[in-house]
Amino acid sequence: MTRVLTCAEALAEGAVQEMERDPTVFVMGIGVDDFKAFYGTTKTLVERFGPERCFDTPLSEDAMTGFAIGAAMAGWRPIHCHIRMDFLLLGMNQLVNIAAKARYMYGGQVSVPLVIRSVIGRSWGQGAQHSQGLHSLFMHVPGLKVFAPSTPFDAKGCLISAIRDPDPVLIIEHRMVHPQRGHVPDEPYTVPFARSRVLRPGPDVTIVAVSYMAVEAMRAAALLEEAGVSAEVVDPVSLAPLDVEGIAASVRKTGRLLVVDTDWTMCGATAEIVTAVLENAGETRVPFRRMGFAPVPCPTTKNLENLYYPSPKTIAETAYELVKGHKRDFIASPAAEIVEFKGPF
Amino acid sequence: MPDIARLFRSVYRIRRVEEEVARVYPTDKIKSPIHLSIGQEAVSVGVCEALRHDDVVFGTYRSHATYLAKGGDLKKMVAELYGKATGCAKGKGGSMHLVDAAAGVMGASAVVGTTIPHAVGYAWVQKMRRSGRLVVSFFGDGAADEGAWHESLNFAALKRVPLIFICENNGYSIHSRQLDRQKQANLSQRAAGYGMPSERLDGSDTVLVYEKVKAAAETLRAGAEGPLFFECLTYRWREHVGPNEDYAAGYRKRGELEPWLERDDVERLGTRLPDAERQRIVDEVEEEIREAFAFAEASPIPGDGELWTDVFGAEGGR
Repeated sequence: MTRVLTCAEALAEGAVQEMERDPTVFVMGIGVDDFKAFYGTTKTLVERFGPERCFDTPLSEDAMTGFAIGAAMAGWRPIHCHIRMDFLLLGMNQLVNIAAKARYMYGGQVSVPLVIRSVIGRSWGQGAQHSQGLHSLFMHVPGLKVFAPSTPFDAKGCLISAIRDPDPVLIIEHRMVHPQRGHVPDEPYTVPFARSRVLRPGPDVTIVAVSYMAVEAMRAAALLEEAGVSAEVVDPVSLAPLDVEGIAASVRKTGRLLVVDTDWTMCGATAEIVTAVLENAGETRVPFRRMGFAPVPCPTTKNLENLYYPSPKTIAETAYELVKGHKRDFIASPAAEIVEFKGPF
Repeated sequence: MPDIARLFRSVYRIRRVEEEVARVYPTDKIKSPIHLSIGQEAVSVGVCEALRHDDVVFGTYRSHATYLAKGGDLKKMVAELYGKATGCAKGKGGSMHLVDAAAGVMGASAVVGTTIPHAVGYAWVQKMRRSGRLVVSFFGDGAADEGAWHESLNFAALKRVPLIFICENNGYSIHSRQLDRQKQANLSQRAAGYGMPSERLDGSDTVLVYEKVKAAAETLRAGAEGPLFFECLTYRWREHVGPNEDYAAGYRKRGELEPWLERDDVERLGTRLPDAERQRIVDEVEEEIREAFAFAEASPIPGDGELWTDVFGAEGGR
């Protein structure tokens, strides 16, 4: 049976079901056991499983990441949560130097079944250190896997896949994805690595959109439809490993590629996706464009913040020009979740 | 009472393995940087002889002594240094990443301080499981420069995990003196500030280290709350990395070494044994070392396909 849930509710349900199934699964991180319950995604865990399996941590991202790795080496299944992805930089040493390499440099004797959840903030003046999408840093490193779901179905399935995986997996969550609603099966299920999802079929242009940009790209596709352009919106879901073949198949069909990320474009997921797809598509003359954050730190004031992010309007305009060869203006009001959000949590 | 013959065998064995490593090193058969424990063996041996086989140790890039003292396989260690397929990490980790999970030697790391929080997490799981197993975290005075050291001590004390911190304070981080890096160089006092029993020991005294850790392990196994902290003063006889002495380099004087030579436990423990028993141990160890190096020499190098294995587990793939 499926119900309509938010992403946050889907994540909470996935955690409960896995913690019921496997007594070695536990959740740790700043604020996971407080009344805000990590944006509602860790709701009821303390009540159900006790304070030993869902606990707050000191502000020690480096050692807490190492602690989670040590627990994983001992066979338990930690889910380490970060309320902002920006804070992951403090755990970078453990993730890159140990988690990613342990199995390899210890000759297969050590496993690190670790889940890292981290949230990209946006809106209500999050500013330069509460808004970064740093997923490409982790995509770069062999030994790490990276999920970035945009729907409640994928959020729950990615979390369960990550928990059951024998290796370190990062789940990139966007604060504006948490309130998105969608159908979610009530039973546990997994979502595979390296499998993209076509959110909307269309013959004219492939829009590959990461995390919250998939939500915005669907809105852009609706605008484009009114202008006579039918876009195919592809959510990569799994950034590493990447479904190169699946995305390339879409590009072979449409002949045009636009990649939109909730991150900067320089050395980012957009660069990797375009390159990998063109290498795979057997056709290097595919017209393509990339979109992402403006190459500046994120400003807090609203008018500048609006310029900083790709939007349904700018995505539609870019895709339209890619298809038609000339410009057209689109008009779109800002998304409800952005306008209504009064953060930080 | 400690078994002096056991302590001597372990201390002597580690010393001789590393002397052989140093002797072979100029031939370039060992394809890996080496950080010798020569002079620091008493700490690893005293600690590990006080542990059970199923206890677990986390070490550093200078962990030949820890690995061997805890029961890590000698043949696999030498083969690892030689980059052979039969090495403990299949020739893909080298001297700085020795590991023998079956012997309770978890993987060592080349980045200072990184394994300390692993030990805390591993020990926390033992507490949750009520397994009765203890964990030991080895590190040097350099690790106390790192934030992870402070964060790990805090969290280990907060969670009261069955863990023993062992600081091998050899006074140097590469070529930097501890007092040039730290105002408060008494690390046992600093550890006490995090809320755990701590003590400073003469790390050249294998029997002393053994007795202290044995008593600590017994209290933890009896249900006392951890962690505990021992700062073991010791001295690195050779260069930071490589097989040689480096007293001519200018950053330290050979005179520093003299008092440590006088307290060398390879000599002191040896003289406590009857000549015949000592000689029997020496002969057995020498034969074992000959076999280990011959094993490494004769072992195959990894096949090309090994480049791609063990990046991910069986269920994963990328």
